[in-house]
Amino acid sequence: MVDRSIENFECGHRACGGCGASSAVRMILKGYGENTIVVNSTGCLEVFSTPYPETAWKTPWIHSLFENSSAVASGIEASLKKQGRLDTEKILVFGGDGATVDIGTLCISGAFERGHDFTYICYDNEAYMNTGIQRSGATPYDADTTTSPAGVCSTGNNLPKKDYPQILVAHGSPYVATASMAYPADLMKKVEKARNTKGPCYIQVHTPCCTGWGFDGAKTMEIGRMAVECGLWVNYEVIDGELATVKKVKRVPVDDYLKAQKRFRHLFKPVRNDAEIAKIQAIADKNAKKYGIDIE
Amino acid sequence: MTMEIMEGSIAIAETVRLCRPQVISAYPITPQTHIVEGLASIVADGRLDAEYICVESEFSALSACIGASAAGSRVYSATTSQGLALMAEVVFNSAGMRLPIVMGIANRAISAPLSIWNDQQDSIMMRDSGWIQLYAEDNQEAIDMHILAYKVCEDHNILLPAFVCFDGFILSHVYEPIDLPSQELVDSFLGPFNPYQKLDAKDPISFGMYATPEYYLEFRYEHDQAVKRAADAIKKYGKEFGEIFGRDYSELVVGYKLEDAETAIVAMGSICGTVKDAIDEMRAEGKKVGLLNLRCFRPFPSTDVAKALAHVNTIAVLDKNVSLGAKGAVAIEIKEACYGSNIPVYDYILGLGGRDVRKRDIKKIVELAEKGEGDMFYGLREEVL
Repeated sequence: MVDRSIENFECGHRACGGCGASSAVRMILKGYGENTIVVNSTGCLEVFSTPYPETAWKTPWIHSLFENSSAVASGIEASLKKQGRLDTEKILVFGGDGATVDIGTLCISGAFERGHDFTYICYDNEAYMNTGIQRSGATPYDADTTTSPAGVCSTGNNLPKKDYPQILVAHGSPYVATASMAYPADLMKKVEKARNTKGPCYIQVHTPCCTGWGFDGAKTMEIGRMAVECGLWVNYEVIDGELATVKKVKRVPVDDYLKAQKRFRHLFKPVRNDAEIAKIQAIADKNAKKYGIDIE
Repeated sequence: MTMEIMEGSIAIAETVRLCRPQVISAYPITPQTHIVEGLASIVADGRLDAEYICVESEFSALSACIGASAAGSRVYSATTSQGLALMAEVVFNSAGMRLPIVMGIANRAISAPLSIWNDQQDSIMMRDSGWIQLYAEDNQEAIDMHILAYKVCEDHNILLPAFVCFDGFILSHVYEPIDLPSQELVDSFLGPFNPYQKLDAKDPISFGMYATPEYYLEFRYEHDQAVKRAADAIKKYGKEFGEIFGRDYSELVVGYKLEDAETAIVAMGSICGTVKDAIDEMRAEGKKVGLLNLRCFRPFPSTDVAKALAHVNTIAVLDKNVSLGAKGAVAIEIKEACYGSNIPVYDYILGLGGRDVRKRDIKKIVELAEKGEGDMFYGLREEVL
């Protein structure tokens, strides 16, 4: 096991108080260990950690553009291979959900097809948070965002969350996993496993965003756990295309998770929208069935 | 010196091999394809110890070059036209990150309408990106400029990427006698890649940080200064290149029968060959016409241009591009360089999308310029308008 005492992500950066992504990154760097080269897409993480001339990164870090991190990582991998450095140095990509499931898909698909040795972390806060809470392909059904606003004729985002991990499974990735920042031990273990797996690995990490979702920043971990406990987020591993592990839960209805966030308040006010809440419950039920998460 | 008859693209691929890039990342596009095919087969045959990344788009081609260069490798890519347009965001970004990437541009027209044939709109489109832009007249220049570009770009006082531009098909697919330098000579000129800084776990740096309004202006100033410094670096290394390889590149602008010329033609790229032949014929008829060949468009050698053209009466600029709604990009620069001289500068947009330009066209343009008729699309087929 790698030395979990390492701190490659310094305090003093400019993330919001209670930011799920920043805590996740600190833990992920602990899990991935020393000699890590980080590639970071444009987004919240990049912006709050590196306003020139300050940096929160104590490990080599590069940012090029929003959508090209996996292509940049491909080049780094080829370069390290040529220099005989790939045995000792490992590459870790961080992209937000927008940078990953939407605009980065071309570069990600190419890099995973080519089989470069790196790990791609999608920190999933379920919308374009850096630009002000616009919907992405990872935004959950009915979430109120600034580009999928709830209104008289709208119940918020009218599309389901894109099942991105399965896209990478279809690419033949040797290790695809989902994790939550609210389950640090599980997260770090998965990241370490990815480091030790040769080839392109993908981990999508649920990182609640107090600012974008509308909850008290002291409750980030709690919200993360509620998502898992109601089945709207599932933690699992797919190894060589086969479902290997699933986090099982004593599942609760989605109501409390939704009620705790302002992005879903239109489902409860002025009156409870039973039809829409039932649709969200159906998404959780489908997840539960698909992955077998229910503790009987 | 052994001259060998080679296709331009193959000569370029063989020259890139001699420059020993450790990572090549490219996506095929007409008329650049023979270069990347050539390099792929050179790597496959073990004639170059490099990683060839067969990417899924031009956007990733240059993005992978960024990663590979930042991690400490000499890199190469090549593209043209739509490919260059697709990588536009990465073109600006890689220059701002000050990475010494060399990229071949087989100049081609831009869609719409779709055209695979030659003009120079593609590289001109990237005029303001902060890349060095060199333009080759023939294939010997195209290969020499590749070697020279690495030398200039990797200088720690420069740290910029460079386009080596050569006209698509007209050069890329043409067989010409080539002096392919020996590996020993290229090694002695270039040496191994010595990155100014690199991604290295032993010495962590943050690379590509964003700049607030307190710093952005200074980043752009430093970048601009580096592009300007590149003019002297090209001259210095161009002279050194001449001493080693026997072909001098110490000038960013090259005159042909310009010393006593009354009318000067200004042009970039392969068209200069046609212009020289036309000048020879016009000279035989007693017309004092000369050529100023622009080898380097960025940095723009404004002072050199003004000096070279100071004595002429008329300037005719041949632009294989157009800034729609304004003029050709070269003419705009020449006017700026000659500002205050009162020498009339006439612009001729020509040869777009592969339209052939012949000696008789050059003669006609000289006649038009001497009559004071210019700033026009030359050679329009009125019957299809």
